[in-house]
Amino acid sequence: MSDPALQVPVLKVDGLIKRFGGLTATDNLSLDIRAGEIHAVIGPNGAGKTTMIGQLIGELRPDAGTIHFMGRDITAMPVHLRSAIGIARSFQITSIFPNFSALDNVALAVQAHDGHSFRFWADARKDLGLREPAMAALEQVGLSHRAGVTASALSHGEHRQLEIAMALATKPKLLLLDEPMAGMGPEDSARMVTMLRGIKGSVTILLIEHDMDAVFALADRITVLVYGHGIATGTPDDIRRNEQVRQAYLGDETPSLQGAE
Amino acid sequence: MLLLLFEQFLNGLQIGLLLFLLAAGLTLVFGIMDLVNLAHGSLYMMGAYFAAVFTQWTGNFFLGALLALPAGALLGIIVEVVALRTLYTRDHLDQVLATFGLILFFNEFARVVFGAGGMAIELPSWLEGQVEIMPGLPYPSFRFLIIVVGLGCAGFLYLLVQKTRLGMLIRAGASNREMVGALGIDIKLLFTLVFGLGSALAALAGLMSGPITTVQIGMGDNILILALVVIVIGGIGSIRGAFIAAVAIGVIDTMGRAFLPNMLGSFLNPSDAGTLAQALSSMLIYILMAAVLVLRPAGLFPAPGR
Amino acid sequence: MPALMHKPVTTMIAVALLGLLALVPIAAEAFDDPFMLTLFTRIVIMAIAAVSLNLILGYGGMVSFGHAAYIGIGGYTVGILAHHGVHAAWIQWPLALLMSGLTALLIGLLSLRTKGIFFIMITLALAQLVYYLGNGAYAYGGDDGLTILKRSDFGGLIDLNHRPTLYYLCWAVLVAALYLCYRTVNSRFGMVLQGAKSNDRRMATIGFPVFRYRLTAFVIAGMVCGLAGVLSAAFTDFISPAMMHWSRSGDLIVMVVLGGMGSLFGPLFGTVAFLLLEEILSSWTEYWKIVFGPILVLVVIFARGGIDGALMRGQANILMAGCAGFFLLYGVHSAYESDWLIPTAILAAAFALVWLAKWLADRRASAKEAGHV
Repeated sequence: MSDPALQVPVLKVDGLIKRFGGLTATDNLSLDIRAGEIHAVIGPNGAGKTTMIGQLIGELRPDAGTIHFMGRDITAMPVHLRSAIGIARSFQITSIFPNFSALDNVALAVQAHDGHSFRFWADARKDLGLREPAMAALEQVGLSHRAGVTASALSHGEHRQLEIAMALATKPKLLLLDEPMAGMGPEDSARMVTMLRGIKGSVTILLIEHDMDAVFALADRITVLVYGHGIATGTPDDIRRNEQVRQAYLGDETPSLQGAE
Repeated sequence: MLLLLFEQFLNGLQIGLLLFLLAAGLTLVFGIMDLVNLAHGSLYMMGAYFAAVFTQWTGNFFLGALLALPAGALLGIIVEVVALRTLYTRDHLDQVLATFGLILFFNEFARVVFGAGGMAIELPSWLEGQVEIMPGLPYPSFRFLIIVVGLGCAGFLYLLVQKTRLGMLIRAGASNREMVGALGIDIKLLFTLVFGLGSALAALAGLMSGPITTVQIGMGDNILILALVVIVIGGIGSIRGAFIAAVAIGVIDTMGRAFLPNMLGSFLNPSDAGTLAQALSSMLIYILMAAVLVLRPAGLFPAPGR
Repeated sequence: MPALMHKPVTTMIAVALLGLLALVPIAAEAFDDPFMLTLFTRIVIMAIAAVSLNLILGYGGMVSFGHAAYIGIGGYTVGILAHHGVHAAWIQWPLALLMSGLTALLIGLLSLRTKGIFFIMITLALAQLVYYLGNGAYAYGGDDGLTILKRSDFGGLIDLNHRPTLYYLCWAVLVAALYLCYRTVNSRFGMVLQGAKSNDRRMATIGFPVFRYRLTAFVIAGMVCGLAGVLSAAFTDFISPAMMHWSRSGDLIVMVVLGGMGSLFGPLFGTVAFLLLEEILSSWTEYWKIVFGPILVLVVIFARGGIDGALMRGQANILMAGCAGFFLLYGVHSAYESDWLIPTAILAAAFALVWLAKWLADRRASAKEAGHV
């Protein structure tokens, strides 16, 4: 906490360490995510991005370090409570309710943040308190025309949009997007970038993404992760010029940064 | 008192080893193929019937047993090829249901073929007596033989799984099925082999318990549940876990049956005490399993990677 | 969720079936066939238990392999109270519900921490505990069971000794259980339950403490099943550990899966099919399970989704062919045994209704298609 920021960061990660046996997947990682920004985390394969997300969301317990959300220590908080205080996540692997319609999927997410669900009698599908916000979230991601379709019948790109609609429906303060463009064609990716640009500002976003075009187009700041350690943080321009980052990427022969230049 | 305790321990060990023979096949099949096979108890029963029939036919228990083992293995292989093979990729519920159907079939099949009355297996006279395994401690020869065979099988399985190529595949399969497939091994053949091995072990357990109880319809149903308890406590896919859990359960059950009636008899009449003691010692096992699962949800020795 | 958008066929057949079931006492009276009433009372009681299991198994994805325990708890509560001279239904019945609910709470608290096969096994083990508890209850007959000398007393309001009355009570409970299930499944609670079945990791990340919802469903199912146990005790005047044996739990799962998991009326279809098949096969041969076992294997391997699934997938034709073959065989058989003529007639009527419903649905579908073109 050497730098007393003007405002409390939405998410503050300090000295995070996570080991699996001999492997240190997260190595003394520190991050600040400011309100309203899109903060991207990039890094070659195996850099520990998924492990990091797991700890932020509460599925993994760090071995050392702290995580603060809006100034509150949430290092030991269980998954569903983190969600309740405003951290939402989309999964790297599509994680929806395949038997439900798209609207049902989002309505369930709304329901999660609308008090408890010990209501046994009234028909949840006729509950406007659930359906209207759900529809609004679908509109935000441009999926409202597919509201009634069973989720398993949606296309891959639509699944991603649905994921984000579900995350948005919980009215989160922080949205963790785990490779939202993974497996998408250029057309779907472009649509996703447009959509994310549209919701930018209304919610703080931590974006983990391989698609460098998308990252450099969207991010306000970027952190580069190598072997679980953050080697650089800065604006897209800073990162592009950073020699260490070039080394890390070229040495690994994974997608280079050239696409973004 | 100490001798009595030791004798009861041996009885428990003997039951535990029978249970282990049944559980070993179950846990292998479960570990490698991810298949819950409720019909394993039926293979145990059929093994006992085979032994009874072959013993009658040949007039010799050992010849009968020797014929019953391959018969049991063959039956297992037939069941695997005909019915179970299609179930490997299904969820556990489907497997439970289909093999539940197989239990119904085999119980009824045994009733039709072997009659409803049950069969006895005649032991050679030299196995009917007792041996003095320690000064002052005579013990029924046949039960002693079960212990010897059971320990021998446990040793054999240990060597098989730890030291041989087949065992390597089995261990690899228990933690990573795709990998074994990627090694270019004929998975189907491996599965069938392992299933046949498990069936032979079940048949062995059945034919050894036959002379002690009688060979009857449904004899596999209750011991199957115990064997399932064993593999869950021991950790699915783990031979070592199955061994420890089986012996523990055998000893607990036997000790309970042996000593609870006396303890309860001090304040209950004998028949009530007997009823209650039997129920209590059975309950002990399930309490043990519940406790293990609450504390270690994957059993005592979970196979790595599961 | 296919189960919630019931196509008219399924619902129509189910309503027709319930209607037919309501006519059973009248038919039994008219044909002077008391056995028919006995058979169908058993069917209706088991259907209640199957509906309760479907709530957690079909909608909640919890494969409880110990559901028969609650039948036992419900039955034993009534039996034990009756044994001590307490016959008042308003004491017996609520207490039976309370006891089965408490048992379900305990079993659920322990078992719902586990997943997959471990859940199946721990529910089985805990139900075995209850089973052996019944075996050890020497004061109440141990493994021999206990005869109930006097049925629950509703203070003259409902006379359970009158067999049709008892039957209609069971029927009403079945309809109520189905309605309860329908409302629950479509409520907010039901959405959580089904969401957790579909993807419980996601449920946690969108903020649902899944455990307590599952537990609640588990307790509701236990209580409804306990009620089936109460009715069973009233019907047979007898309780014994055998009603809680693990294979009874297996039977219940079979009924639910045979009918179609996670479909409202699936357990109803499944129970009727299971018990009628049992009755008919066992009238043919003492060794009926030798046929029933392989049928079960075949159903699991080939007919996923059960009867309801076949209806939903529009495989009604296959179902029809199966029914028709069954009736052909059955007709030949019953020609020799006159006392089976009546149930045959009823089954044939049910078959005709199914056929009619299908025909209507087909016509509606083709009309719709024509409208689109």
